[in-house]
Amino acid sequence: MYQRSKIIEKIRENENVYTLKFKTDINVKPGQFAMVWIPGVDEIPLSFSYVDDVKGFTFRIVGNGTRALGNLNVDDYIYFRGPYGTWYTDEGKSALFMAGGTGIASIAPFIEKSGAGKKYAVLGGKSIKELFFIERIKNSVDNITVYTEDGSFGEMGIVTDGLLKYSYDVIYACGPEKMIKSIMKKSSTRVQASLERIMKCGIGICDSCSINGYRVCRDGPVFKHEDLIKMEDLGKYSRTLSGKQVIM
Amino acid sequence: MLEVAISSLKLKTPLMLASGIMDEQGDSMIMAAEHGAGAVVTKSIGIEERNGYENPVVYELDTGLINAIGLANPGIDNFMEEIRKVKNKNIPIIMSIFGNPDDYVFLAKKAEDFGADAVELNLSCPHVKGFGSEIGQDPELVEEIVKDVKRKVRIPVFTKLTPNVTDIIEIAKAAENSDALVLINTVKSIAIDVWSKRPVLSNRFGGYSGPGIKPIGLRAVYDVRKEMNVPIIGVGGILTWKDAVEYILAGANALQIGTAIYYLGWKAFEEINEGIKKYMESEGFRSIEDFSGLAQKW
Repeated sequence: MYQRSKIIEKIRENENVYTLKFKTDINVKPGQFAMVWIPGVDEIPLSFSYVDDVKGFTFRIVGNGTRALGNLNVDDYIYFRGPYGTWYTDEGKSALFMAGGTGIASIAPFIEKSGAGKKYAVLGGKSIKELFFIERIKNSVDNITVYTEDGSFGEMGIVTDGLLKYSYDVIYACGPEKMIKSIMKKSSTRVQASLERIMKCGIGICDSCSINGYRVCRDGPVFKHEDLIKMEDLGKYSRTLSGKQVIM
Repeated sequence: MLEVAISSLKLKTPLMLASGIMDEQGDSMIMAAEHGAGAVVTKSIGIEERNGYENPVVYELDTGLINAIGLANPGIDNFMEEIRKVKNKNIPIIMSIFGNPDDYVFLAKKAEDFGADAVELNLSCPHVKGFGSEIGQDPELVEEIVKDVKRKVRIPVFTKLTPNVTDIIEIAKAAENSDALVLINTVKSIAIDVWSKRPVLSNRFGGYSGPGIKPIGLRAVYDVRKEMNVPIIGVGGILTWKDAVEYILAGANALQIGTAIYYLGWKAFEEINEGIKKYMESEGFRSIEDFSGLAQKW
């Protein structure tokens, strides 16, 4: 039961990052994702980067599926099932939003919608070529710091360097698992984080994306602090397509 | 009152986690047991590591799911750690195995060495060529595999059969040396998308599970129980306690739960167990055995 929506706008955010926008009346909350079908090519999980009447997916071209998606144009159709999974929820008065790489796509709509009184954002990427949505996010926060590993934009450094920049009572994070693990190690503040793992079914039955009994597709992708601290494998072990456990 | 015994296996509840659902990782199987599964059946494991099919591997219907995961598994040696995790919690674990006809003995012996409490021969996966149901549709092959495995291991041997045959009784009889028959695996099927005008699953064909196949599973259990005394584990579209009781009345001695986890999450086990218990209290049954096969009288 795929939904089919006509693409109304295509934006090249960066060298390899695209946004496709489309209209649909389904109700999507920031942090939720869809399984996006590219007929004959692949089906991939993508977080919604826009969640109002106009919805959007923002993705980096990394494989056949995203390449085919990137080749779609206005008036072409996008197929997806969803929305699936949990979403970010407000739990603090002042919030730090931390995102690395394409994690920015998932957290951006929440930065806009969050009811936190004070909002700070820390974004990071390997270089300026990985960054996007900086102007968009700047418009909804009190302050923003951007890090690049090569110093090609903002300050030279990594996302976790931003932990001491602001004072806040909750952290919302989306990015590589090692980044999330590192935030949790270095900070005593509550963390809500969106995780990404190899996903197949998207509906909580195949066990591919599970981490210590938690299904990223169904119990997540956004997890609360209480659950994150129980995940022994977080940032340590991942699973391959076959389900084999490997060191991250 | 919910305890059942299948061969040497003693289970606290009649519900097992069905093979293929949330059973690639030890921690997930432990979750199932903590929510009321009396035993867990692993994802089907073969000799070699397999990635399974490309996405899409599953499609949601109004009446269930169609999947073609493609027997993804890390290979038996890489799976030992998952079994160990489950065994450490004293949870009965049944290892589902698949392969070429010659592989089953090897896999079953390994499963026994790893500490599995039983093996379930997957002779019924409907969506991988050369494995599963292609074997399970051939009575002579089924009889031979079951006999060979029974001769070589001491742990109970369950055989999971496919409904994708003309006469399931013929196949069930071929597998009668098993310590239990598991009825049924998914029903071979296809999903087509109207807008792209093509099959959805990358493998085109998949296995249909969920509420839509319950009457088919029920019929298989009823038919086989009429002809045979072998313990039967009923599986296929059990979502509620009523579905579970129907299977037991048809002749099942225990049950497996899979797609219900998609609908209800882990609480499926708790809800079904609780419902069966209330039914037993209201009808005056003291054990599952008391009402297993009662519908056969008519």
